[in-house]
Amino acid sequence: MTPGLGSYLIVSGILFAIGLVGVLLRRSPLVVLLSLEVMLNSANLALVGFGRYVGGQDGQVFALVVMGVAAAEVVVGLGLIVAMERRRLVLDTDQLVELRG
Amino acid sequence: MATVVWFVASACAIASALAVIVQRNPFIAAIALLGNLASLATLYLLLQSDFVAAAQIIVYAGAVMVMFLFVIAYVGPHAEVPDERRHTWQLIAACVAAGAILVEIALAVGRSTLDSAASVEDSFGSPQAVGEVFLTRYVGAFELVSLLLLVAAIAGVVLGSGPRPSRVVDERQRRVQEARDLAASRAGDDR
Repeated sequence: MTPGLGSYLIVSGILFAIGLVGVLLRRSPLVVLLSLEVMLNSANLALVGFGRYVGGQDGQVFALVVMGVAAAEVVVGLGLIVAMERRRLVLDTDQLVELRG
Repeated sequence: MATVVWFVASACAIASALAVIVQRNPFIAAIALLGNLASLATLYLLLQSDFVAAAQIIVYAGAVMVMFLFVIAYVGPHAEVPDERRHTWQLIAACVAAGAILVEIALAVGRSTLDSAASVEDSFGSPQAVGEVFLTRYVGAFELVSLLLLVAAIAGVVLGSGPRPSRVVDERQRRVQEARDLAASRAGDDR
């Protein structure tokens, strides 16, 4: 008796929803980045789960590519946070509105 | 046995994800994310994806989290938004969006017919098997990711070594202005 594909997809969906709430509600850019990681990881879980149930290695390759993209995204995001800190800006996503259209 | 491990790992993953978004202290949120990553690695092992689980621990729990903790330590107390009040409509909208995604996934899973796993040989998920597919069929994606990481590394250097902090610049401008004013007043006295 092993858990089926559906159980992994449900866990992945719950994690994605939690990450989404964090991205939308938190105001500290650092915590927004952490929530984004939760969302990316939930997508990875779905990819690996589908890959296992279809029976090819493709899903795992996709998950590895997502990990690389996530690492790049973290570098740029954290670089932005360091740049904001160096310019003495308030680290609050509700006050950083200069790029608003 | 697998069901027990699945249940414990899933519960840990969901609990730690909740901790990430609820914690006010970014340091504790980052540690909670570490727990989330470890639980997900356990789930990958259950899915026989050994190499992805190892990469998850080394790349995420190792490199990415060290970077996060470094920046949290660099930013220090500024990382916490002191008064995290939010509009009620934001809370409602976020919960509606999350609920919509959950309902959608529940409906899709309920109707799926993919519940029987494919039978795979023991080498499934081993570095050889993954690497063979990665470096033949998906070699284009492999090269693109390497290019992306190079660009991201350059972006990190550029963003991290921008102009001086504005306070220092302001101080310098103020001194230059003072010197100019002094020179102008002296020129006025000479006349």
